[in-house]
Amino acid sequence: MMAQVDEKQVKRGIFTAMIRRDMTAAFRHPSDLINPLIFFIVVVTLFPLAVTPESDFLREIAPGVLWVSALLATLLSLDMLFQTDFQDGTLEQMLLSPQPLYAAILAKVATHWLLSGLPLTLLSPLLAMMLFLPGDGIQALMLTLLLGTPILSFIGAIGSALTVGLRKTGLLLSLLVLPLYIPVLIFASGAVKAAVAGLPIVGHLALLGALLALAVVLAPLAIATALRISLSG
Amino acid sequence: MSERLLEGINLCCERDHRVLFESLNMDVGAGEVLQIEGPNGSGKTTLLRVLTGLSEATEGEVRWCGEPVRKVRENYYQKMQYLGHAAGIKQALSAQENLRWHAALSGLDFGGKIDEALAKVGLIGYEDVPCYTLSAGQQRRVNLARLYLLSAKLWILDEPFTAIDKSGVKAIEELLIHQAQQGGAVILTTHQDLQHVPGLRKLELK
Repeated sequence: MMAQVDEKQVKRGIFTAMIRRDMTAAFRHPSDLINPLIFFIVVVTLFPLAVTPESDFLREIAPGVLWVSALLATLLSLDMLFQTDFQDGTLEQMLLSPQPLYAAILAKVATHWLLSGLPLTLLSPLLAMMLFLPGDGIQALMLTLLLGTPILSFIGAIGSALTVGLRKTGLLLSLLVLPLYIPVLIFASGAVKAAVAGLPIVGHLALLGALLALAVVLAPLAIATALRISLSG
Repeated sequence: MSERLLEGINLCCERDHRVLFESLNMDVGAGEVLQIEGPNGSGKTTLLRVLTGLSEATEGEVRWCGEPVRKVRENYYQKMQYLGHAAGIKQALSAQENLRWHAALSGLDFGGKIDEALAKVGLIGYEDVPCYTLSAGQQRRVNLARLYLLSAKLWILDEPFTAIDKSGVKAIEELLIHQAQQGGAVILTTHQDLQHVPGLRKLELK
């Protein structure tokens, strides 16, 4: 039996297999997916109610409010990255695979972004309009979210991988990750503010793009090392 | 002497300032089944995790075909299957989907072989229901189906008989014998007496 199996070996990408598995599992329990989105919507809608419905003021604070809410919503969704995989033992199987770990981790982060960052980006114009953000601002907001949320996923995955073996990770994870989120927040909300003021935002976007490129290359290495340390306990 | 596959040389392991084992030398060769015995908390699972390379030993070295595991990780993982303490399956996915993922992890694609493997562990009719609807024993069986599906030179099995019924235990014993006859090797922990496995070696942890 074993010999027959060997002949039928066909290489298949671990990247697509991981994405398919995580997507299927996620869509069977959609509540985890919807939580960060609901959080995003609720926080942004509460601002006009709590502060003031005045359009000038809302337009002023909109870039900051939208980006801070998106950042916190991403932070909220980091739990689903490695925690369940750790508990059901599939994370150690991933580390014991002869396939490149880099590809598996890239797939995990990509899935996380597709399920959190991308929906946030798509939802943002609606909420931006509610805060009276002008058209240029909305365009800049979507562009910065498109570039920025994957960076948040990568950095968050490093924190998530470092804390995966621990029992209560909530606060520790935030403390680890938040300082690293701040540059993204500053450049991204700065870009939206500049766009509202009619200034060029190419510089901001280039910086975000550079951060993303760095994250794609370096973060999976950090995540792989962090996972090996976390699982060696 | 048969060919040495996996060796642990002078292994010492400390957890939370407690020495689990020290100066432990062990090896397993082709055609051998090695049972690790010891009371609860004696470090059986830790030893297995050290052997897989998931954990680092405090001292000592694990070698695969004479080379330190750290250096030949990819080659080692191609030829080793580890069944851990946890079920190793996603609850939301069906048995088929779980095995397909495991096959992809090993870089293999089996198609029809998956149903065959599930039939061998007695899960016909349960192929495409989510695993959380299965019983604990059935979930273990999904994981065990990997042994039928993915050929590996070395199996490292942590308590493979947990939650498995009598006929299942017998089937696994036969599987172990088959693996040894094929020139493979098995390292396992269990509190069961493996009476029918010829040439069984035992390692006692205190």
